[in-house]
Amino acid sequence: MSSDLVLKTEDLTKHYGGVHALEGANFEMKMGEHIAIMGDNGAGKSTFVRQITGVEQRTRGKVYFYGKEVNFTGPLDAREAGIETVFQTLALADDLDVSDNLFLGREKTKWNFLGPFRRLDYKAMREDTMAGLVKTGVKIPNIRNSIANMSGGQRQCVAIARTATFASKLTIMDEPTAALGVQETAQVEKIIATLKAAGEPLILVSHNMRQVLDLVDRIIVFRRGRMVADLKVSETNGEDVVAYITGAKTGAQFEGAA
Amino acid sequence: MTETSHGVGGLTFDKSKKAWPNELNVLFALVIIVVIFEILGQLLPYMNDQSFLFDTKDRFGSIFNEARLKIIILQVAIIGIIALGATQVIITAGIDLSSGPLVAATAMIAMSFAQTELVNGNPNPKAIFGTWAMDLPVIAPIVVGLLFGALIGAINGTFVAYFRIPPFIATLGMFLICRGIALWWSSGRPVSFPTESYKFIGSGMMPVVWFLSLAAIFHVILKYTVYGKHTYAIGSNEEAARMSGINVKRHKVLVYMIASMLAAFAGIVLSAKASTAQAGMGEFYELFAIAMAVIGGISLTGGRGSIIGTVLGAMVLGVIRSGFTFIKLDGSYQLMAMGGIIIAAVVLDQFRQRNRV
Repeated sequence: MSSDLVLKTEDLTKHYGGVHALEGANFEMKMGEHIAIMGDNGAGKSTFVRQITGVEQRTRGKVYFYGKEVNFTGPLDAREAGIETVFQTLALADDLDVSDNLFLGREKTKWNFLGPFRRLDYKAMREDTMAGLVKTGVKIPNIRNSIANMSGGQRQCVAIARTATFASKLTIMDEPTAALGVQETAQVEKIIATLKAAGEPLILVSHNMRQVLDLVDRIIVFRRGRMVADLKVSETNGEDVVAYITGAKTGAQFEGAA
Repeated sequence: MTETSHGVGGLTFDKSKKAWPNELNVLFALVIIVVIFEILGQLLPYMNDQSFLFDTKDRFGSIFNEARLKIIILQVAIIGIIALGATQVIITAGIDLSSGPLVAATAMIAMSFAQTELVNGNPNPKAIFGTWAMDLPVIAPIVVGLLFGALIGAINGTFVAYFRIPPFIATLGMFLICRGIALWWSSGRPVSFPTESYKFIGSGMMPVVWFLSLAAIFHVILKYTVYGKHTYAIGSNEEAARMSGINVKRHKVLVYMIASMLAAFAGIVLSAKASTAQAGMGEFYELFAIAMAVIGGISLTGGRGSIIGTVLGAMVLGVIRSGFTFIKLDGSYQLMAMGGIIIAAVVLDQFRQRNRV
């Protein structure tokens, strides 16, 4: 397979008992691409993401990440390989501050001979946190404040900055703005634009048509567990996408699929 | 650092939501309680204008009534050692009810390895083992006691973390088991006549030395090590901690082991101080230890609390106990007042919580 692909799936399938949540998804993502995944509730978007990030084990099919076949046994496995996911439910510890959360589970340490009692290198972590925030354009007035004192938008930004701090090879965001206000949504969208400018590949799961058309290069539409369209944003429009989502249309290359 | 010099969007930070360190509230409460007793010392007719904390009658040649200060801290030091462990367990959103009986069980077991062979030229009348266990170096009872604590803690932690038994239930069971062990160990008889070096562990102000040194050590550990960070993370959001790659189960076992080893050490110090070990020792210690942490501002739902807070909480209990003795009210009033203060501390914490975001 060609090596300029970030992610490729072949016949990716997931059945929950008799429910075919995902059926034969063949997906390709090029370097630096931003791809949106759209579809109605229960169309298979989240199922697709869960198979890629190792949260669940697929029924069938293959996943290639940067040209290598991968079998993630859990979300940590995927993260170690370089896939950072911003989940709908934010995985943040409220009582810790920004850099603590960014480095949770992979702290920078000194005096490692002390085992679990090794010393935290706060200085290095705070410097890296600042660098990550600058890179993503996240504005947080004081990174030493606990997350509990922050707005939903700021918390979401912290979750996103976490992905940027660790030079991830692929960022996946599952409805990152679903719970945010207008201004906060704008903030998150600017971060996504910043990642695009930096050439960092991203998969965005979203219901927000305007957001998707503004931000990504390609839109993949799922319907009833199958991929039904692969649209270049430059060659489509909102009405067209809605037609695919609702089933009024099906992409030529997917005829007979759904 | 110039945190505000970059970035986009219009997010502003509400400075009023900046956390006020809770330890300052506890310190403030401590000062108020001292002031109340000072005033009572002046106002109550039978007190003859005595000062609670100050050396107004110039009996010690210093500013403070040193005897009272020593007693205040000495009488909370041993339970305070347990409270250092209780603090860590509660930060993970757990609870450890077994520490009081563990104090008794450890006292019995450790003391059995600290006995002298001869008492006034006669064989030790309370001897548990044969001569092989007599006059051992002091390290022997300490190591045995701490290993026993580690074992109990490992069992607590394993049931909590791996078998998902609620901490309240798991440690309630261990509460009864440890009291049973303490009674079974020498069939209810006290274990006595320890070596001089063992007695030294609990002599004079040594309990205070242990309490404050251990407090300093665990303050540093909780604040500046990976162990501390993960302890807070687990209590704050266990799911996030797991997703972040922290081995939550293993970490919990470690926390319960450390808490039980601290309780075991408290048992060693207590038996050394009393020069005897009895199966009924440490009654209600687990509850007073939890109370110290709670007064110190810990959150029983996990994620928040500190060693400094717990030390201040211990001081609050010590001052109240000493203050009631000072104004010549007996123990029954002390218990009622302490109960009230524990409830007040939690009510204030709830109030603080509700005022957050």
